[in-house]
Amino acid sequence: MVVGMTLSTFLQQLINGLSLGSLYALIAIGYTMVYGILKLINFAHGDIFMMAAYFAYFGIAVFLLPWYVTFIITILLTMALGALIERTAYRPLREAPKTSLLISAIGVSFLLENLATYLFSGKPQAFPEFPAMTTPIFVGGISIQPVSVAIPIVAFVLMTAILFIINKTKVGMAMRAVSVDYDTAKLMGIKIDNVISSTFALGSGLAAVGALLWCMKYPSVLPLMGVVPGLKCFIAAVIGGIGNVKGAVIGGLILGFSEVLMVAFFPAMTGYRDAVAFIILIVILLFLPNGILGKKQVEKV
Amino acid sequence: MKNTQNSLGTYLKTHWKTVVFLIVVLIGIGIADQMVNSFVRRLLNLSAIYTIVALSMNLINGFTGQFSLGQAGFMAIGAYTVAIFTVPVGLRATIFYMAPMAPFLANIQLPFVVALLLGGVLTTIVAFLIGAPCLRLRGDYLAIATLGFSEIIRIVFTNTQTITNGALGIKSIPTISSLWWTFGTAIIIIIACFLLISSSYGRAFKSIREDEIAAEAMGVGLFKTKMTSFLISAFFTGIGGGLYAALLGTVDPKQFYFTLTYNFVLIIVLGGMGSISGTIISSFIVTLGQEALRFLDEPMAFGLDLPIFKPGLRMVVFSFLLMVVVLFYRKGLMGTNELTWDFIGQKYQSIKARFTKKAASTQGGDK
Amino acid sequence: MKKALSLLLCLALVATMTAGCSGSSSKSDSDVIKVGVFEPLTGANASGGELELEGVQLANKARPEVLGKKVELVTADNKSDKAEATTAAARLIEKDKVCAILGSWGSSLSMAAGDLVKSNKVPAIALSATNPQVTLGNDYYFRVCFLDPFQGTVMANYAAKTLGAKKVAIVQEVSNDYSVGLAKFFTDAFTKLTGDSSAIVATGNYNTGDQDFNGILTNIKATNPDVIFAPGNYTESALLIKQARALGITCPIIGGDTWETNEFITVGGADVEGAVMSTFFDDTNPPTEAGKTMVTAYKAEYPDRANVPAVTALGYDGYMLLLDAIERAGSADPQAIRDALAQTKDFEGATGMITINENGDAEKDGAIIKVVKDGKFTYLDNVTITK
Repeated sequence: MVVGMTLSTFLQQLINGLSLGSLYALIAIGYTMVYGILKLINFAHGDIFMMAAYFAYFGIAVFLLPWYVTFIITILLTMALGALIERTAYRPLREAPKTSLLISAIGVSFLLENLATYLFSGKPQAFPEFPAMTTPIFVGGISIQPVSVAIPIVAFVLMTAILFIINKTKVGMAMRAVSVDYDTAKLMGIKIDNVISSTFALGSGLAAVGALLWCMKYPSVLPLMGVVPGLKCFIAAVIGGIGNVKGAVIGGLILGFSEVLMVAFFPAMTGYRDAVAFIILIVILLFLPNGILGKKQVEKV
Repeated sequence: MKNTQNSLGTYLKTHWKTVVFLIVVLIGIGIADQMVNSFVRRLLNLSAIYTIVALSMNLINGFTGQFSLGQAGFMAIGAYTVAIFTVPVGLRATIFYMAPMAPFLANIQLPFVVALLLGGVLTTIVAFLIGAPCLRLRGDYLAIATLGFSEIIRIVFTNTQTITNGALGIKSIPTISSLWWTFGTAIIIIIACFLLISSSYGRAFKSIREDEIAAEAMGVGLFKTKMTSFLISAFFTGIGGGLYAALLGTVDPKQFYFTLTYNFVLIIVLGGMGSISGTIISSFIVTLGQEALRFLDEPMAFGLDLPIFKPGLRMVVFSFLLMVVVLFYRKGLMGTNELTWDFIGQKYQSIKARFTKKAASTQGGDK
Repeated sequence: MKKALSLLLCLALVATMTAGCSGSSSKSDSDVIKVGVFEPLTGANASGGELELEGVQLANKARPEVLGKKVELVTADNKSDKAEATTAAARLIEKDKVCAILGSWGSSLSMAAGDLVKSNKVPAIALSATNPQVTLGNDYYFRVCFLDPFQGTVMANYAAKTLGAKKVAIVQEVSNDYSVGLAKFFTDAFTKLTGDSSAIVATGNYNTGDQDFNGILTNIKATNPDVIFAPGNYTESALLIKQARALGITCPIIGGDTWETNEFITVGGADVEGAVMSTFFDDTNPPTEAGKTMVTAYKAEYPDRANVPAVTALGYDGYMLLLDAIERAGSADPQAIRDALAQTKDFEGATGMITINENGDAEKDGAIIKVVKDGKFTYLDNVTITK
């Protein structure tokens, strides 16, 4: 069933897709950075995102801090959490088989979800409202929330910043070296542990920014809120070519647009919406295993 | 284990301990089936089903080294097959009250065993369709792709109203309560796994786990071997899912959310990736332990009103335990060892040695 | 060192397990009547489960004894999960040996326990589970609230007659049987009322846990409905209404009883103002004396709460009805309680008079319609439909 659609409806759907896709992109950058350096699917990334949402909720709604203080604290706390997880759950397994690392990631994810359910109860918490960001502006029948414009801008700015860090700074150079060849990088005198920690901190910081914007747009905080976005953003990273920051952004946008446009063009199929991401993932893995911008991987014997 | 038995007599001679053990187990089940109350019976049944599913997951993950996370989806197929084909025809109109059941299914009712096997077969077919593209992927890509398929299966089941009754699920499935169904199936599958692992197929599985490239160089057909392992694993999982549906008496897509798979990851990691006996032991520990630790969720544990005891603590303890095992006891209970008589003998010797001669404990048989 | 540690860990685990087992089974004397409360206390439905539990506890405080024996509540958390629900119910029946069960919030969770209460012959009372299947074909499951076909008709009447709607869009939570069922009953009633088979102009589906509804809502906006009917979980519904308003959809949005939780208002904020739902109870105008007593007791127990949630009142009713049945049966034998429950006639509950019919359902022909006004659930209308 394809609905005959007016131009304004179509434009509205494009805007919906853009803001959703940019949110995915923000979170996907964190995934791609961690994967690039450790070759690990950080299953806990979605749960780090969830924890960031709780940090912000507690800052504003419980400790009544001003929003800008809360935002800074949230980002710093989440970065610390990311580095802590790396230090305790991933570093001891660095020489272990890849599967152990993957299981550890699943374990961390499981632990964070259960811990959040236990500490904060399974009940949804209302994230404080930001009227300046959510009051819609109507342009010719199309509704635009300021936050929907802010999200792509923030995503673009942060992507540029991350690219600058990776390409132009010393830490970034070290990250690239570790990502290309772990052992050689070590021999070159790069402090591997510090580089990996800072990668996790940066990725988690991006997840925190993503969580803040996410909660402005969808203001409820739940222990399991990170599961689905986490999976989808990983898929976004794979679509774009995992390990590639620009690719993550492109993948996020593709995923956001496909989900919204599927709902727009096939309203009868809306129940299958969550399957879209997985179908795209499988198609990409089969026909373009390195993603859109990914480098071809050479197998080392 | 030697595989060169040429007659029953010699077999019994070399394996008499195992045969006696098996008979003791069977008698034990028989007694338990008569004695235990229905609550314990339910837990034992659940443990046996978890053993089946965890074992099949270990086959592909532990023995073949292919990290697959599709167990929840495969269980769903087996469970729904049993549900759809065993629900009494007379009740179907009231169960499918939103939209009537598809006419080609509405009047087919199969005996439980047939439906169970059919569930296994259907799961295998779906696994073949999934495996054909996915098994060419390596490591974590395989994990995420199988997880994706598992979710797609669940989403499809949520939306096919006339076949699966969608979100309403199917209730009034004739239930099993005797321990023989679950334990009987579990024992058959355990024996099948032992035989499989010690056969040339099993050696091929392990060679892929240890080193894919070397295995290929030795002439092991990578894809074919992986597929064999994957399909056998799926078949057993489908059977496990079917038993699960018949134990609970109701199925619903939400039960098969991918986090269900994490339960089995926990079990095989705890038991040891690549150990059949480890998986069996840890299936029972995890299932019974989750129930025994339930008091952690109650505010009045130990008769004290401590604020730390509230709903959710049990799962925190469990996930913490998983992390401890992953980080500090990476091999789990059994590593890749099996609980054979030799193994027990060695353990016994090493413990004895430690007690009699403390200084000698460093060179005990502990691996 | 590592071995000693592992040994210690195992010992600690075994010690806690045995302590836990012995601790919970020590009190099995016969001067206590055990009543199971079977609710989601963690997971997605935790808020609803907690509200019902509070109602049961309030009633337990008001009437702690029956037949000269103390009533002990045994709670079991079903984690909002069907598989857990069967084990939790089995534990109540088979391990704790309760004489009856109250709960659970969420029809599907109640249904998961249905076969168990039936085969073990232990009566259960559903408090706010509105799906017909809960009691259908089960002589041991009773309920104190109205059913979804009735609720769907009430809301269809409200939409067609009070709001004068001709075209309705439906948004349903496709993975939630409550939502799907209610949407269907609403559709049936509404098309019958308007005589227009195409009166439902759009249907949107979403999954439990979804947070983005802009795509569905943009489609719905294009069909320009008079009313949107969106039964579902309170969190998702509140987010949905927020996004509808942000998209410039101004038509009334109506839903079912699950909306009446505090989280619906805290998450939805100013945007859920004007949202209308059917529910079981209005605390500003209790229909019976028992209702007034209940409201007073609630206000004393929770002085800082704005109003009494309907499901809490139902929790109160379920407990009181059970104790009444135990008294009438003269014993705490599950079978005797079941028979007494089945014969309930004109029991004065807080939410109205309760008479149990042959299906085990309370005969209720009235529903309360509430609207969110100034951040509170406010009484709007009282609808009576005679069958």
